[in-house]
Amino acid sequence: MTETVVPTPQTAPASSQMRDIWRQFRSHRGAMLGLAIFVTILVVVWLGPLVWNTAPTFVDMRSRNQGPSLAHPLGTDQLGRDMLARLMAGGKVSIAVGLTAMGLSILLGTLIGVSAGFFRRLDGVLMRLTDLFLALPLLPLLLVMVMLFREPLSQRFGPETGIFILIVIAIGVTSWMQTARIVRGEVLALKEREFVLAARSIGTSPAKMILRHILPNVLSPIMVSATLGIAAAIITESALSFLGLGFPPDFPTWGRLLYDAVDQIQLFPMRVVMPGIAISLTVLSVNYIGDGLRDALDPRIRGR
Amino acid sequence: MLTYTIRRLLIAIPTLLFISLIIFLLLDLAPGDPMAQMPLTVPPEVRQRMREALGLGEPIHMRYLLWLKQFFVIEPLNILDQMLGTDMAGDAQRVISWQTRSPVADIIAQRIPQTLWVVGLAYVLGVAIALPIGILSAYRQYSWFDQLGTFVSMVGFSVPTFFTGVVLIILFAVNLNWFPSIYDTTHRVTDWDSFVFQIRQMVLPVTVLALYNASQISRFMRASMLDNLRQDYVRTARAKGLRERAVVLTHVLRNSMIPVVTVIALGVPTIFGGAIITEQVFKVNGLGQLLITAIQANDIPMVQTLTFIFAVLIVLFNLVADVLYGLLDPRIRYD
Repeated sequence: MTETVVPTPQTAPASSQMRDIWRQFRSHRGAMLGLAIFVTILVVVWLGPLVWNTAPTFVDMRSRNQGPSLAHPLGTDQLGRDMLARLMAGGKVSIAVGLTAMGLSILLGTLIGVSAGFFRRLDGVLMRLTDLFLALPLLPLLLVMVMLFREPLSQRFGPETGIFILIVIAIGVTSWMQTARIVRGEVLALKEREFVLAARSIGTSPAKMILRHILPNVLSPIMVSATLGIAAAIITESALSFLGLGFPPDFPTWGRLLYDAVDQIQLFPMRVVMPGIAISLTVLSVNYIGDGLRDALDPRIRGR
Repeated sequence: MLTYTIRRLLIAIPTLLFISLIIFLLLDLAPGDPMAQMPLTVPPEVRQRMREALGLGEPIHMRYLLWLKQFFVIEPLNILDQMLGTDMAGDAQRVISWQTRSPVADIIAQRIPQTLWVVGLAYVLGVAIALPIGILSAYRQYSWFDQLGTFVSMVGFSVPTFFTGVVLIILFAVNLNWFPSIYDTTHRVTDWDSFVFQIRQMVLPVTVLALYNASQISRFMRASMLDNLRQDYVRTARAKGLRERAVVLTHVLRNSMIPVVTVIALGVPTIFGGAIITEQVFKVNGLGQLLITAIQANDIPMVQTLTFIFAVLIVLFNLVADVLYGLLDPRIRYD
């Protein structure tokens, strides 16, 4: 008896790649939780100051070192500044530093990775450069860079913008190497594929080839390392602030708040714990998002 | 293998020279004057003479070459002299710290034991914790142990060491008063009581660092075990009736250790450089703390020497990792 082939009805909408990725991402519980927490933190930090509009730098000497109350939900610091407002302002700076530094590092990494993978003549030089950067002691160098260039930059752009530029550039310049290596590997593999050969055979220029054919296909590893890069940049920024080489004192960031509170740790431990939890929660959620993205973008795992 | 090692050693020389040039130029071209903190009452001509005495009058390439000579010839000779009791270096100019006016090498030699004790012990402990956790969570993938292990390692990996350190201080030093929060480096171990005190003051910093290292290494161990557990040779080993213990602990573990050993080797330089923050939290006066104080005091010779030592360690352990990889995995032949 022969079986009749029943054509499967096309009721389900054609699954696009993005939808597959999203479905795989949703099935990763940690990643979804991480996304929810990260979005909440972003909303609180950016929209919170509109609701809770106490200035983070407003000094009220009469109500200093207070515990949580209605007027100050998270208490006040040693100068009577509202901790909730300071935490929100600090988060804004810390996350902004994380995002910008990640952007710079991804830009550099992609640029170097694609050029090394695509142009054979540049490969040797650029990869030696990458190895060299990997052999540099990064945290000491970061500290040295911040120490050396802090004065001239804050004179040129003002203390806050100057330090912001300095820290973003310092973190970006010292963290692009992993991205460059991953991207180069992917580009080298892509170059051997048929569609690249086809594009070359109809005379596509290198610039167009990179923009149209190579870059869209290396997007997924770039996205994963971008996510992990945000976490690393936030930690580096708060570490610099913690060592006293970050932003100026009246300009709150999470690392700076923690550093300022360490002196009075025995009396007011909560003031250390709050910014610390904020940093840890942000980094943890971003790392989980990165984990989920890596699983979702890996075609070997997707669809299982 | 030997030729490969020798070739790699030879490649390391230009790399190190280049890194030393970067470090030298970065510090040298940077704005900031070592004489800036001199009192204003010092007359300009005396100030000029002091600059020359510090060697700041020479052109830049001469200063670089002189620094190289000091670093690679005179300092090693001095160290040899101290060990053998000879006098090969004579009274050649050594690298002098601008802070203390004593040779940089002597100060570093004073600081190394503290760093090695605290940070090195933490690394060893971290590896010792990480390996069993990684093995067990890969073997029982998706079990409660694995879920807990991956969660804890994710947390340990995400929470910065300055926060874990501070939290441990609040809990165990401030509230419970079990351990001191500050590491006392002048403490000498002479009898049982002082030994117990030494252990107690090491508990907190070592815990913080061991947790951080363990969370990173256990992630590698788990991933590597998972890769190997799915291989065909595991099925073969089980099919020929080997006990489960032998399959996992001899066959799979040995193969999974190959990438993990290189990761462990690559992490060794961070023992010296990466513990800057923990040393700062617990006030351990080791190498990291020395670097921070040197940076804050604008002590350029000290910063140059320390950063360069860190760079040498990184290059050296990269080489060690590569050679170990070749030794452990017979499929890899570099020649």
